Amino acid sequence: MTFQQITLDLLEGLGQNLQLFLLTLVFALPLGLIITFGSMSKFAPLKYLTKTFVWIIRGSPLMLQLFVVFYVPGLVFGIPMKSRMLAATIAFVINYACYFSEIYRGGIESIPNGQYEAGQVLGLTKTQTFFRVVLMQVVKRIIAPMGNEFLTLVKDTSLARVIAVSEIIMAAERFTARGLIWPLFYTAVYFLAFCGILTLLFGWIEKKFSYYR
Amino acid sequence: MAILEVKNLHKNFGKTQVLKGIDFELEKGQVMSIIGSSGSGKTTLLRCVAQLETADSGSIKVDGSTIFDSNSSQKLTADEKMKNQLKTGLVFQSFNLFPQYNVLENVTLAMKLQAKRRADYKENKKEILAEIDLKAKALIAKMGLSDKLGNYPCELSGGQQQRVSIVRAMALEPSILFFDEPTSALDPELTGEVLKVIRELAEENMTMVIVTHEMDFAREVSDNIIFMDNGVIAESGSADDLINNPQTDRLKAFLSKIGK
Ligand SMILES: Nc1ncnc2c1ncn2[C@@H]1O[C@H](COP(=O)(O)OP(=O)(O)OP(=O)(O)O)[C@@H](O)[C@H]1O
Ligand SMILES: [Mg+2]
Repeated sequence: MTFQQITLDLLEGLGQNLQLFLLTLVFALPLGLIITFGSMSKFAPLKYLTKTFVWIIRGSPLMLQLFVVFYVPGLVFGIPMKSRMLAATIAFVINYACYFSEIYRGGIESIPNGQYEAGQVLGLTKTQTFFRVVLMQVVKRIIAPMGNEFLTLVKDTSLARVIAVSEIIMAAERFTARGLIWPLFYTAVYFLAFCGILTLLFGWIEKKFSYYR
Repeated sequence: MAILEVKNLHKNFGKTQVLKGIDFELEKGQVMSIIGSSGSGKTTLLRCVAQLETADSGSIKVDGSTIFDSNSSQKLTADEKMKNQLKTGLVFQSFNLFPQYNVLENVTLAMKLQAKRRADYKENKKEILAEIDLKAKALIAKMGLSDKLGNYPCELSGGQQQRVSIVRAMALEPSILFFDEPTSALDPELTGEVLKVIRELAEENMTMVIVTHEMDFAREVSDNIIFMDNGVIAESGSADDLINNPQTDRLKAFLSKIGK
């Protein structure tokens, strides 16, 4: 069991984390916006239904949600989840979309009313005002909290091992079972590198948006 | 014929009556100032005419079109609403420029989006957009802001920002331009440059309605002044008359309170 072998094994595990990370972002970022529109809707039933859903998702452990998505289809509907990664992706997308939706909502509500009114008196439609005036300002305002969520997501992906997705910590635990403990701590290096890259990326994005206030 | 006709306009917010029957007319090319103490309903009146608020009763006519009429049950189409919206321009006290766009983009955004409705837009897109840029640049130059075309609002002084917002409103060629205390968010030394611009517009016979606390300016620039008090027009008349010979006690009290 060489150092190199262990490094490669862990890297393979990290591949699973990375896959889950990217899939979650691809689906949760747009889904979050849809949930935002739901929770900001003027149609009260939709609004409260959405808010209740967000409460349930944010109010219960992600680990539990992973179990639910993985086991409930088999137990209740007799259609067992075939892919562990699929189950993990579904749970993560729903969970993170709810968190994103609240960040979006905060961003949208922080835009002063005057921006909407300026759009209106200049003859912009509501859609034009949202996409041409408000959205870019929202993006700027949510960069920092989104950066936080992205880092949390990186580390959360390891939770997928509770439904036996063979991500990096699970890969390390296989060595632990054979009496080798240090690979478990070694995984920290991977997380730190992953998060370091994201931090740099967010720093760069923030700078890109710093030309206006 | 009057370009603006407001008849018996009422507006309540919940139980508070803010406008209690406002009547006035404005002729094309004239400038009218609205004065009055805080809370008298000046902003609310402008916002009703600029369609940011819907009045409760009465009617508003701008340039031949009925913008609001509580007696008519006719529903306006989205297209008619848009046309009505573009008949009035509004300059806000707090500018409300779009921070992510530079000066030129702030002025051209709405113009370019409007141009998309033109029948020949697809064919002549390039020419149309270039024409808009040219027109915007000319207007910006008139305001003395040519060297700021590429600057963002956060890089401008308050006075410069307000001048940009005036160009932005004018660029759409509204029939009437409304100003809600255009200088009250500015440091005293910056009000001059904005008032100068408004004065120049008045000389070009732009029809304007200005809510202001600058009495000297109001007297000099306006043809007529109306004095609002507690949701009604307490007094109105030609600019000089109204300020030099106030008839009502309320106007006398108001003028002496602000030191006139
Ligand atoms: N959206 C609103 N909801 C409830 N009340 C409002 C609203 N807007 C204005 N009012 C009330 O209407 C009254 C008139 O307000 P308005 O802003 O029109 O006064 P104003 O003459 O413009 O005053 P100022 O000189 O301070 O700008 C005030 O009593 C205000 O509290
Ligand atoms: Mg006001």
